[in-house]
Amino acid sequence: MAVVLTDQGEFEAAPRRSPPGLWLNTRDLARITGFEAKPEGFCKGDICVPVPHGVARYVDEAGNIDAAAFWRHIGNVAVRDKAGEVWAFGAGAGERAQALETLEAPDFELPDFDGRLHRLSDYRGQKVFLSSWASW
Amino acid sequence: MWQQIYDAMKDKGFVVVAVAMDTAEAARPYVDAAKPAYPCLVDRDHRVAALYGMVNVPEAVWIDENGRIARPAENAGSWDGFRRRDRTTGIMPKEDVDLIVRAKRTYMDAVRDWAINGAASRHVFDEEAARARLRPPSEDVALAHVHFRLGGHLLRTGRPDEALTHFEEARRLHPDSWTIWRQTAGRNDQGFAANADFWARVDALGESRYYPRVDMEGMP
Repeated sequence: MAVVLTDQGEFEAAPRRSPPGLWLNTRDLARITGFEAKPEGFCKGDICVPVPHGVARYVDEAGNIDAAAFWRHIGNVAVRDKAGEVWAFGAGAGERAQALETLEAPDFELPDFDGRLHRLSDYRGQKVFLSSWASW
Repeated sequence: MWQQIYDAMKDKGFVVVAVAMDTAEAARPYVDAAKPAYPCLVDRDHRVAALYGMVNVPEAVWIDENGRIARPAENAGSWDGFRRRDRTTGIMPKEDVDLIVRAKRTYMDAVRDWAINGAASRHVFDEEAARARLRPPSEDVALAHVHFRLGGHLLRTGRPDEALTHFEEARRLHPDSWTIWRQTAGRNDQGFAANADFWARVDALGESRYYPRVDMEGMP
């Protein structure tokens, strides 16, 4: 089993091949990244990423996808532990910068100290003073 | 920390959302002691820092009623006085004490003005000015945040040595981030991430500020 940490949460998946790479079936890819395999490529909402011509480096004959290679191919970042059992997937600089440029405050969900989840957007309609602090 | 301003302004459509760039265990005693009435969230992976370009604490983002950024991430009114404290006696020159007070008061007055006047506040940036003050990440910074996330997971699952290699990578890739550095740094006798390494790093700033000047009239 591999653990994949993403902005959406922590996911478990059974890799189809050993590292390097995080080889997943299309169902796990969709569950973890939101990208579904379609005839036109890998699609999330209106966005479709065509599978490159020739031998796609991140798709094998059995139809498994190297999710990490795919994730990086579309401009994101992915790192892993030595064994390839834990992966962290994040948005790339381009996506983060684009999001900021709109001046729409990026939404997020975090727990309070009682474990109750709050979304920034729960406070829409108020002026939000979003402030950071730490004990260290 | 923000209780007073929250109490005074909460009826004006103003809320504080405090985010601890910290573990729940380390931050909880402070929240239990202060019992703030506003929401206090735990961000052990520093997600909010990655989204908004925060690099230190305390920093703040002003977000208007429509969910738009009125002031991007910036120092929330702190002054570098701690660097001028005598490291043996702990004594801080009076002028620095005064500047700490002045910086904080200037910032608090601005927050209050925004809470009351909203978009009409002179402290709200127009879109062009706000965009110019964003801190969009570099590729290295984006990568630093996933290394930090991975390191945190490895630490929690009992693999401190491997965690450290990812924390070191995160620090190297995002040298401006004090949140990543201090979260992963050794602690001093009082339990704070202010050991000799910290002071060496602060001293290396030279003329640069640990708490960059807030772009606001009257701010030291």
